[in-house]
Amino acid sequence: MSILEQVKNKFSQLEVNEKNPKRIYINADNETAKAVVLYLFHDLKVRLSTITGLDSRPGVEILYHLAVDGEAKVITVRTLVKKPELEIASVTPEIPAAEWVEREIAEMLGVKFIGHPNLATLLLPDDWPAGVYPLRKQTFESKQELKEIEN
Amino acid sequence: MAKETMIPIGPYHPLLEEPEFFKFYVEGEKIVDAEVRVGYNHRGVEKISEGKTFDQATFVVERICGICSTSHPFAYVRAVEDISGIVLPERAEYIRTIIGDLERIHSHLLWVGLAGHFIGYNTVFMWAWKYREPVLDMFEVISGNRNHYNMFKVGGVRRDIKETDVPGLLKAIDDVERFCGMLLKAVIDDPVIKARLKNVGVLKKEDAIAMGVVGPVARASGIPIDVRKDHPYAAYDRVNFERIVMEGGDVFNKAAIRLLECIESTKIIRQCLKQMPPGPIDAAVREVGVGEGIGQHEAPRGECIHYVRSNGSNYPERHKIRAPSFMNVPSFKLTVIGESIADAALITAAVDPCYCCTERMAIVDRESDKVLLTGEEMVRLSQAKTEKLKQKCLY
Repeated sequence: MSILEQVKNKFSQLEVNEKNPKRIYINADNETAKAVVLYLFHDLKVRLSTITGLDSRPGVEILYHLAVDGEAKVITVRTLVKKPELEIASVTPEIPAAEWVEREIAEMLGVKFIGHPNLATLLLPDDWPAGVYPLRKQTFESKQELKEIEN
Repeated sequence: MAKETMIPIGPYHPLLEEPEFFKFYVEGEKIVDAEVRVGYNHRGVEKISEGKTFDQATFVVERICGICSTSHPFAYVRAVEDISGIVLPERAEYIRTIIGDLERIHSHLLWVGLAGHFIGYNTVFMWAWKYREPVLDMFEVISGNRNHYNMFKVGGVRRDIKETDVPGLLKAIDDVERFCGMLLKAVIDDPVIKARLKNVGVLKKEDAIAMGVVGPVARASGIPIDVRKDHPYAAYDRVNFERIVMEGGDVFNKAAIRLLECIESTKIIRQCLKQMPPGPIDAAVREVGVGEGIGQHEAPRGECIHYVRSNGSNYPERHKIRAPSFMNVPSFKLTVIGESIADAALITAAVDPCYCCTERMAIVDRESDKVLLTGEEMVRLSQAKTEKLKQKCLY
């Protein structure tokens, strides 16, 4: 049984989109997404390649890219972290490989990973202003506001 | 009781992809704790890329890394092609494979040379770099540049490999293959190198899986992953080559894997040059389309993965880049603790992250911030250890 079939059996309510045989996208809510990722990583021994954070209007999309090396597939589990709370359970306690990339998403997009052992800045300088997230598709009300943030 | 001292290593050299700053806490000679700090060279390429057209972003990502400058464009163009399933002309696939593996050879030889220098085998350093040189010359012949080749574009490659260049290319890879075979024999049989590198900086298999390491680091720890084999792309499924996997997880295995991979790469290039059909090298893509795509490439240091989302405009809406060292660097903590300072330089370098940073290494007293040992002295310390072993092994 293929990895995808096993996931479908375990989680019956998933919205699965097979874009092509090599790229599979699964949409789920925050809790299910984490459960699917943990199931793939721990039970099916799939490698967590990386996590992408993507800013959109209703929230930040988190995409867990898992490389199924035995089947030449990449399974992407997609979930939306809603604004303005932007809180999602971290997978780092269960998957150490996610530590750095979750830190990166936290500082770049302002997502709070609940349960992450160390959310200190990874790539940004230590004196980076709090509340400014470089990868947000943020608009500024006025030039004044932009100046304030820049200072 | 031995006083605990902090040794900072770093912060960085702007030459390489992943500058980093290590803090090693030592008791006497033994490392008891380690911290890694990165980001000194963060340039915000993901954000810059969002402001460039799909074609321009290829050049931007090429500038992420100077050593493996093709890995990022390779992964990026594959991600863009994945959005709407663009199919490439066959010749372009072969040329991409040749460029990808020529790069692997020069990147691995660079590492082997520097590893030789660190352990006091300067002959290895001179030889490895001598044979790396013709590879760079071949790049110049093919693309006009020794390092940033600018060969990739969405839908194909930018330059063809001329028939007249093939004999020179074949000769260069023959020389490299011979040299790697010779070096491999010398390295594997040398009792000093064995004593110096075996069981140093071991990364256990279960740790390697948990940390998600990729490339030669993973393969040295017994994890058989290789994007070229597992997710066949370009012309990698049309050529024969071995997947090199070892069990030990120490520096010796990592060195041997890189040498063996150079030999496999020469085989790949030779087969590609032979099988390459004539024809167009560009699919002439007019539009990228709406959607998202993922592109992977087995860079010299491991899997490089890009995610691109397009909203139908000329610019990527989001471009996520994950370099292999991003997964490999965090594994340091598991490999250096318990080892001696003389080995620290070697172990941090075994992952092939950024060599230059180790040259800025200094041992500083925690209280007074006084420099106790400079980077040069660290290298000398490492070389002295080899010297001592040499005496023990040979006489």
